[in-house]
Amino acid sequence: MSEKSEKTAAKKTAAKKPEEPTPAPTPVRLGVRKTYKLYIGGAFPRSESGRSYQVTAADGAFLANAALASRKDARDAVAKARGAFSGWSGATAYLRGQILYRIAEMLEGRREQFAAEVRAVEGLSAAKAAAQVDAAIDRWVWYAGWTDKIGQIRSAANPVSGPFWNVSSPEPTGVVALFAPEKPALLGLVSVLAPAIATGNTAVLVAPNSAALPAVTLAEVLATSDLPGGVVNILTGTSAELGRPLAEHLDVDALDLAGIADAEFATSLEKMAAENLKRVLRPSAAPGDWTAAPGTARLTAFLETKTVWHPVGI
Amino acid sequence: MGIFDYAPAPESRAIVDIKPSYGLFIGGEFVPATGGSFKSVNPASGEALAEIAEASAADVDRAVAAARAAYDKVWSRMPGTERAKYLFRIARIIQERARELAVLESIDNGKPIRETRDVDVPLVAAHFFHYAGWADKLEFAGYGANPRALGVAAQVIPWNFPLLMLAWKIAPALACGNTVVLKPAETTPLTALLFAEICQQAELPAGVVNIVTGAGETGAALVSHPDVNKVAFTGSTAVGRAIARAVAGTDKKLTLELGGKAANIVFDDAPIDQAVEGIIDSIFFNQGQVCCAGSRLLVQESIQDELLDALRRRMGTLRLGDPLDKNTDIGAINSAEQLARITELSAAGEAEGAERWSPPCELPANGFWFPPTIFTNVSATHRIAREEIFGPVLSVLTFRTPDEAIAKANNTPYGLSAGVWTEKGSRILSMAKRLRAGVVWANTFNKFDPTSPFGGYKESGYGREGGLHGLEAYLDV
Amino acid sequence: MTSTLPAATQPHPTYDLSGVTSSEAALRRFLLGLPGVDKVGLEARSARLGTRSIKTTAKAAGIDLAISMIDLTTLEGADTPGKVRSLCAKARRPEPGDPTCPSTAAVCVYPDMVAVAKEELKGTGIHVAAVATAFPSGRSSREVKLADTRLAVEAGADEVDMVIDRGAFLSGRFQDVFDEIVAVKGACGSAHLKVILETGELATYDNVRRASWLAMLAGADFIKTSTGKVSPAATLPVTLLMLEAIRDFTGQTGRKVGMKPAGGIRTSKDALKYLVTVNETLGDGWLSPDWFRFGASSLLNDLLMQRQKLATGHYSGPNYVTVD
Repeated sequence: MSEKSEKTAAKKTAAKKPEEPTPAPTPVRLGVRKTYKLYIGGAFPRSESGRSYQVTAADGAFLANAALASRKDARDAVAKARGAFSGWSGATAYLRGQILYRIAEMLEGRREQFAAEVRAVEGLSAAKAAAQVDAAIDRWVWYAGWTDKIGQIRSAANPVSGPFWNVSSPEPTGVVALFAPEKPALLGLVSVLAPAIATGNTAVLVAPNSAALPAVTLAEVLATSDLPGGVVNILTGTSAELGRPLAEHLDVDALDLAGIADAEFATSLEKMAAENLKRVLRPSAAPGDWTAAPGTARLTAFLETKTVWHPVGI
Repeated sequence: MGIFDYAPAPESRAIVDIKPSYGLFIGGEFVPATGGSFKSVNPASGEALAEIAEASAADVDRAVAAARAAYDKVWSRMPGTERAKYLFRIARIIQERARELAVLESIDNGKPIRETRDVDVPLVAAHFFHYAGWADKLEFAGYGANPRALGVAAQVIPWNFPLLMLAWKIAPALACGNTVVLKPAETTPLTALLFAEICQQAELPAGVVNIVTGAGETGAALVSHPDVNKVAFTGSTAVGRAIARAVAGTDKKLTLELGGKAANIVFDDAPIDQAVEGIIDSIFFNQGQVCCAGSRLLVQESIQDELLDALRRRMGTLRLGDPLDKNTDIGAINSAEQLARITELSAAGEAEGAERWSPPCELPANGFWFPPTIFTNVSATHRIAREEIFGPVLSVLTFRTPDEAIAKANNTPYGLSAGVWTEKGSRILSMAKRLRAGVVWANTFNKFDPTSPFGGYKESGYGREGGLHGLEAYLDV
Repeated sequence: MTSTLPAATQPHPTYDLSGVTSSEAALRRFLLGLPGVDKVGLEARSARLGTRSIKTTAKAAGIDLAISMIDLTTLEGADTPGKVRSLCAKARRPEPGDPTCPSTAAVCVYPDMVAVAKEELKGTGIHVAAVATAFPSGRSSREVKLADTRLAVEAGADEVDMVIDRGAFLSGRFQDVFDEIVAVKGACGSAHLKVILETGELATYDNVRRASWLAMLAGADFIKTSTGKVSPAATLPVTLLMLEAIRDFTGQTGRKVGMKPAGGIRTSKDALKYLVTVNETLGDGWLSPDWFRFGASSLLNDLLMQRQKLATGHYSGPNYVTVD
């Protein structure tokens, strides 16, 4: 986030009288800059690579330095996501809903901050930026309410031809790597992240340049909510660098390529993903308009159906 | 010789009429292929059964064009109520010709007539009946008011359940309004070609179902054809991977049902006699050539000896031999190639130190045969504990606690199925929840039903076949 | 009679199960600790055994084996010495025109008819079995049941078919049931004791397994499904389950126990399914009248008609077998 430029208040005015001591300059407060780091396993490390990159505003002006995630950071993030999977997927749907709603409450508390960030990175009007933030928060609330409903609409008691109890119900796929779109910065992040974790998946979210600032602020929200560490891991960096390690990683179960604009690159990632049969949400699955009602497609994309049989007898 | 020996009880072959050669089924007619041909062999004897056309890329192109034309001009415009009636008609003909289909399947595949008669063919008919009824009810399936078909479906199926996999593919595709080009496996094309005749008998509009025979190249040409909208594959994980790569970057919808290495977990409070039957069903059904076979037995250490004694005793009563004999439990392995793989992996099991056992069992001189086999003293690092053998070979491992059972069961890249045996209800539900597999059979194994979704987690593929869930694979949703 | 039966030849190590019957609590713990039975799995297994195709020579051998295993039974209030004599004649020569047709294993009658049957069957090797112990309900005092047993044995019964006290069993009084079997066994002397569980009243397969073990632990020479007076009587799954219990008991103790399904088995096809079940559960060791019996009456005529069909190639009819 851009900080206010400090103005030097001390201004030579009248000639000093040598016999009088110089009065202390009016103290002008130096702004405290925020360090934009990664969010891995509930902690905020710098990139293991020690690298950072400049996040720029829509007009090219410098906004901040953000940690430039490396493939090793991606590896660490996947490990943390895997570690968190059992607990998060095993939590009750009600509890996941409570936690997600709690996150929405905290997003609401940071509306202004998000709006300023979105405005800066996307060069939007204040009103449009605020509208995007409101849409993002509302979407988060929408998904928070899905946690204990998706199971019912995707379940079935199957009337098999025999003395068996037979029920199918959805379960989360596992560790999902999400490539968020450049724009809309915050709404894009929320639109790919919330559905993936609502159903019990854990996520490694790659935030592109334009979304870096709201992504890190989002991470701060997540870190101070009740979301267990590792459920969401946020990497600021480039899909060009992080795409391959995540698409090839054998402990990643699914890919959302929403943010991969280069069709050829997306195809190459999809091919890499075939090595362990990752579930892949192609870029073509991304909506043209992220503000449109999303439906359940992104919830169901990362669900598996488990069918359990048991005999019925005395 | 025992006191009560069963005399041979062969099912008659007279009911089937195998032609000397078969063409491709394109646009409602049998047509010659521009490619070469190959032979389909009876795996129980090695005899060549018929000369089968090998579809070239140009033949595949013709088939896809026929399917496209049928889709555009007929099938996509037909009301669901009419599509339903065609599928009901097909289901009825399958029932009427059930014995013929069962005998032909046994001859071409090598599986026992008891299975084709009692399992495969009844399930095939049931599958068509089930999806027939869906054709005019899609708006109630939860995918919106007017769910649309995808278009032309390219379907490639394996040799282990030739006709059943055909039904799993064709029935939902047609119910949802798609047309299909299906490639049966090269070693088991005959029942698919008989099914083509059934389509003619049902007066199914030309081009709605097209059958192209051939091997890997034909399949590759089919799934990568630019004018197909949907690819469905059942088979090995290796080929599944190749298909996933082939369709990457396209808009083709893809479902894959691939390999497995299922754990079948038996606790010390299991209903032991039924667990033994379940183990038999889990690994010797269809000679173990089943993607969801319970090929890893995980037995609680406290009952290991008792259970294995019972299992060995039961294996001693399995009858191996002529697939057409009504008392045969274990038929032939489908091909020389598959037999070589089973033989190689079993040798590796011995070489790695596992203990091999088969009941006394005389193998026929001709054809491809492998005795029912169990390996004990198997450790998790052995190849036979990790790789899919796809044969009548069981690897026995042990566990001490439920957590250990879960850890071992899930310790595989596959996730198609799992079994758990215990009389304790809450333990079943806990285990079922923690097993990462698409189908969990509790106190039973290898049960299938058209209403029951089937498919895998992880490298066992994605998408579901069967029931309401199976519609999604063939709708634009 | 027991002494003439072949000794158990199981190679398994045997276990000392005496502790199991040392106290009521121990007996209860043991019976309730037996492995459960999954109904669906058990019935699926028996149904599959029922699909075995028994043709030609196997069918002929099976039919003769089944005839030789029949306890030809009449248990009617209207029974008379004449009726019993007629039954005995049929047991001796089921197929009067064919001496190759085996005789049945036994005839089974009420205690007051034992003497008549014994006289008729003298020298034939065919046993006389008597139902006793206030058959079929078993609802009388211990004294009456023992007296009933003694009556049969003193009249010459080779075998006694007793009923267990189902009321006591279902209310968990396993020790009472056990003690009664032991007492009746004592009253049998050398006569061979078959213990009828009346599985149609036991409600669950778990109970059938427990009752089977209870009877065997108490000394039963045979366990038997039913009186024939309660429906369902013998079924294939219940027989399979009892054969499995025998297999396990014999495996653990080294003592062989016989099996008798009774009631409801009327056709040759059914009888062959039972033989298949014995064959694939216990094997050759039990494929003899010493270890397996059918409690039946009308079954015999169907076996005879099938036997004629195999011999002549055409179907027979009820007028070509005798009404007994």
